[in-house]
Amino acid sequence: MRSFTPSRSSLLMAPALAWLTALMVVPCALVLALAFFRRGIYGGIEYSFTLENFGLVLDPLYAGIFLNSARIAGTATLIAVVIGYAAAYAIAAAPRRWQPVFLFFAVLPFWSNYLIRTYAWIVLLNREGLITQLLRWFGYTGEPPSMLYTEGAVIAGLVYNYLPFVILACYAPLSRLNPELAEASRDLGASAMTTFRRVILPLTVPGIAAGAVFVFVLSIGNFVTPALLGGGRFQMIGNLVYDQFLTANDWPFGAALAMALIAIMLLVLTAQALAADRAAGRIAEAKGGADD
Amino acid sequence: MTERSPATRRTLWLVLTLVFAFLYIPIAVLVALSFNQGGLPTVWSGFSLKWYASLAGNAAILSAALNTLIVALVSTAIATLLGTLLAIGVEMRRQYGSGLEALIFAPMIIPDIVLAVALLSFFSMLDFTLGLHTIILAHVVFNLAFVCSVVRARLKSFDWSIVEASADLGASALTTFRRVTLPVILPAVVAGALLAFTLSVDEFIIAFFTAGAGRASTTLPMQIYSMIRFGITPEINALATIVMAVSITALTLSQRLNRGVIG
Repeated sequence: MRSFTPSRSSLLMAPALAWLTALMVVPCALVLALAFFRRGIYGGIEYSFTLENFGLVLDPLYAGIFLNSARIAGTATLIAVVIGYAAAYAIAAAPRRWQPVFLFFAVLPFWSNYLIRTYAWIVLLNREGLITQLLRWFGYTGEPPSMLYTEGAVIAGLVYNYLPFVILACYAPLSRLNPELAEASRDLGASAMTTFRRVILPLTVPGIAAGAVFVFVLSIGNFVTPALLGGGRFQMIGNLVYDQFLTANDWPFGAALAMALIAIMLLVLTAQALAADRAAGRIAEAKGGADD
Repeated sequence: MTERSPATRRTLWLVLTLVFAFLYIPIAVLVALSFNQGGLPTVWSGFSLKWYASLAGNAAILSAALNTLIVALVSTAIATLLGTLLAIGVEMRRQYGSGLEALIFAPMIIPDIVLAVALLSFFSMLDFTLGLHTIILAHVVFNLAFVCSVVRARLKSFDWSIVEASADLGASALTTFRRVTLPVILPAVVAGALLAFTLSVDEFIIAFFTAGAGRASTTLPMQIYSMIRFGITPEINALATIVMAVSITALTLSQRLNRGVIG
């Protein structure tokens, strides 16, 4: 039996938990509460109960921004998952001793400054940037294409910034895949495509789900990428929250928007947990089958 | 995995090449242009270090760099202490509710903008003066979660019976920690601290909201953000190169330590 008393472990955890409670739980609860108050006439907050702020979130104007954000984040997620999965597959297929090296270099950019990685795309995409110069070099003489400050630029920036995480998330289940399963499938006459679709893909769903959730959640609440690569022309929820707090000075509405963002995040996380559960069932089944 | 046809193998190498090109070309272009002689930020006209020299004479950037260093060092120190204790407490107990797990996980997944506005509301409601100290308070929140997760990963394989043995042999709790537990988890603690340091150096949104008005508490990412909004300059390229070099060095070090031989 362990001689550690629960009280000692509580003592060790107390300072950190107190910090998280005071500076995360309480402030988030406060924002939730703020969302139920009215905006004062001169900005500020008037302490009378209302549900108007949540009604405003559903107003066509703002609901449109939500849908737009979801579409941009969804597109970025889809592209990142396709590229990331292919990359993870290629890394998992590389010689064993090279895999950690490839993985390390795939994730390394992720740890450098987010602003700088986004800025790098301004350098590439601006009217006199590398891409325009390459086009010129190939003999193009027309107007430089406008690539910066477009929705495409925002999506490219999001994919670029979050791709490393998808690679990491998809690599984990791919590297643990039992090669005998794919072999068995082939021996039974399945084509490479069928084997991939019916055997490999279902077993790696948890990685895909984890990667997709991460990209989607971080993209939909993103503020920096739309501001820099979209040039402020593409409002996303993050920018809307920013505006309510720092320019429009309507904190209660900003708070309601922030809570909507949290609600979306929880929804997506729940969906991921369900997908992971179902996949776990399939993996158990596959293992049981292999034992027969 | 199993043997593949040469065509498949070529495709896989092509995928790897393209993905790494996609990941590294934007960064490489930025770094190359930071050594550009000309004033045009994106057209090459010869090698020069003059933009690095001009950084050294830019008072706003130097003061922002100093602020960032203060915030990162102090928040990392606090987060490393609290996060390590938390990790030990949690792993010692082994059974804990999913509520506790969610609380520790939350700072890593919560959108930055939400935590930023929550802290701004909180501080303004308490009539806190905003400044470097409020950025530090805020950075500790996510930093301690990351330190905790790195240290917990190391503790998963920790044999708690040696702690019991040490206590049985008459060592005090503190001596046991210093002589038994700490040496085992030290690489993870240092790795976690390095990770926290980089996260803090790079963090922009939460700092932006909790810094308050005025130059006195501008951090480097805030400075970079406002420079980018004014347009691209070779000076930003140089600054970006230095900041990237610092975070990549710290992270590589952290990675190496975490796979250390002890434990």
